[in-house]
Amino acid sequence: MAMAGMVIIGAGECGGRAALALRDLGFEGSVTLVGDEPHLPYERPPLSKEAMTGDAPAIKAIAGDELLAERSIRHNRSVRATAIDRPAHQVQLSDGSSLGYDKLLLATGSMPRKLPMPGLGSRCVYLRTFNDALAIRAHLSAGNHVAVIGGGFIGLELAAAARKLGATVTVIEAQSRILMRGVPAEIAEVIHRAHEAEGVTMLTGQGIAAIADNGLKVTLTLAGGREVIADLAVIGIGAVPVTALAAEAGLAIDNGVAVDDRLQTEDPDIFAAGDCCSFPLAIYGGRRVRLEAWRNAQEQGALAAKNMLGAGEAHAAVPWFWSDQYGLTLQIAGLSDEGSATVRRDLDDGAFILFHMSGDGRLVAASGIGPGNAVARDIRLAEMLIAKRASPAPEALGSQAVKLKSLLAA
Amino acid sequence: MSDWVEACAAGDIDEEDVMRFDHAGRTFAIYRSPDDEYFATDGLCTHEKVHLADGLVMDDIIECPKHNGRFNYKTGAARGAPVCVNLKTYPVKVDAGKVLIQIG
Repeated sequence: MAMAGMVIIGAGECGGRAALALRDLGFEGSVTLVGDEPHLPYERPPLSKEAMTGDAPAIKAIAGDELLAERSIRHNRSVRATAIDRPAHQVQLSDGSSLGYDKLLLATGSMPRKLPMPGLGSRCVYLRTFNDALAIRAHLSAGNHVAVIGGGFIGLELAAAARKLGATVTVIEAQSRILMRGVPAEIAEVIHRAHEAEGVTMLTGQGIAAIADNGLKVTLTLAGGREVIADLAVIGIGAVPVTALAAEAGLAIDNGVAVDDRLQTEDPDIFAAGDCCSFPLAIYGGRRVRLEAWRNAQEQGALAAKNMLGAGEAHAAVPWFWSDQYGLTLQIAGLSDEGSATVRRDLDDGAFILFHMSGDGRLVAASGIGPGNAVARDIRLAEMLIAKRASPAPEALGSQAVKLKSLLAA
Repeated sequence: MSDWVEACAAGDIDEEDVMRFDHAGRTFAIYRSPDDEYFATDGLCTHEKVHLADGLVMDDIIECPKHNGRFNYKTGAARGAPVCVNLKTYPVKVDAGKVLIQIG
């Protein structure tokens, strides 16, 4: 191999894990991680949870300075990649320098979808980075009113954090219910009720007609005429993949940087992984998906590292996701929209799991909710059943008396 | 010298399973392996302090219920992301149908 080494654009979960994995796999050439934030590579999930409510907000680093030094991983902070010169195998950076590469990994992630409305000002914010989280946290206190625009996971987790810190919270969702994308109605209902029980005003089916932000207060006028006046409006209406760099380099974009099942773009020296890429998901017949999930970022980072070293290994993981709100944890394995029927399994303490079955009786996904980690073990076993493409008997799935582990052996 | 503490009855844990044991303000996880041996580790994952006893035991691996961090519960060795810090293990013996652990 030539001497330029490996360059990873994006120093989040995916990029950070990829860099570490290259060393775990014994790669001895240079590894350079390029990130546009000033921080060490860090985990993002706590930003809407612990980082919000803890006494001293701090990043949860994936690798500290010491580990990066020990593994000889060069980390260029506060720098953006501005262009890829594919023929020359060079990446141009915002500080005017450039980096040569043998293999390049795009782990550029996603960014918050912008609310396409006039009237937004300094009190209308998004959450993506640790610095965003700190800015939001400063407003989450008793006596302050926080409006959350969008009943998705980030908005709902933030709503829970804001309540914990004593703020008044209103959640506004244009769709008829929260968590419309990817979460079954029965589970969304449990979460909706939990927020109401904690004192959050939940306004579903209510579009926003107008926004006025005077720098101190935000006035949201809903389509029905109601006004919500808040000290801060946090907008959480989804995320979009960061693809400009790839697009300008002439790489195919299809709801993300398009890669094959080995996370390779059409340029054999450029890979993409994590939130920024779309890839064919083998367990669903090669359906092209893009996942915005911590574990996917981690797994694909590690897989990309392997394949940058020539392993040629196909992605085979089952999508997995979790969310914490108040004392509840939701976990989902697989994509529930692949199912046409559901089987419910009730567990202790009000926890339950919905198993999603395809028309031909295959288990394609499982969604569970309950206090603490009540659903974790069964969701993990469901994930293994999904990976095996198993078709367990619905009666067995539905009965708490039947251990899921026993179905795995079948 | 550390004392042996009774954690549970041998039959309280299924084969290839785990149970939580709290003692003197500390929390432990007690395992019964598929080949019917008993092991003990600290009860909380080294990644985010989650109770491992809610996790899944497969062969000699305990997987954290929260983020799937994996440890070999026989040795305490961390087995990949997101965990990087090993789990502390404790000596275990079975005496007269009771599982005892030696808390250091």
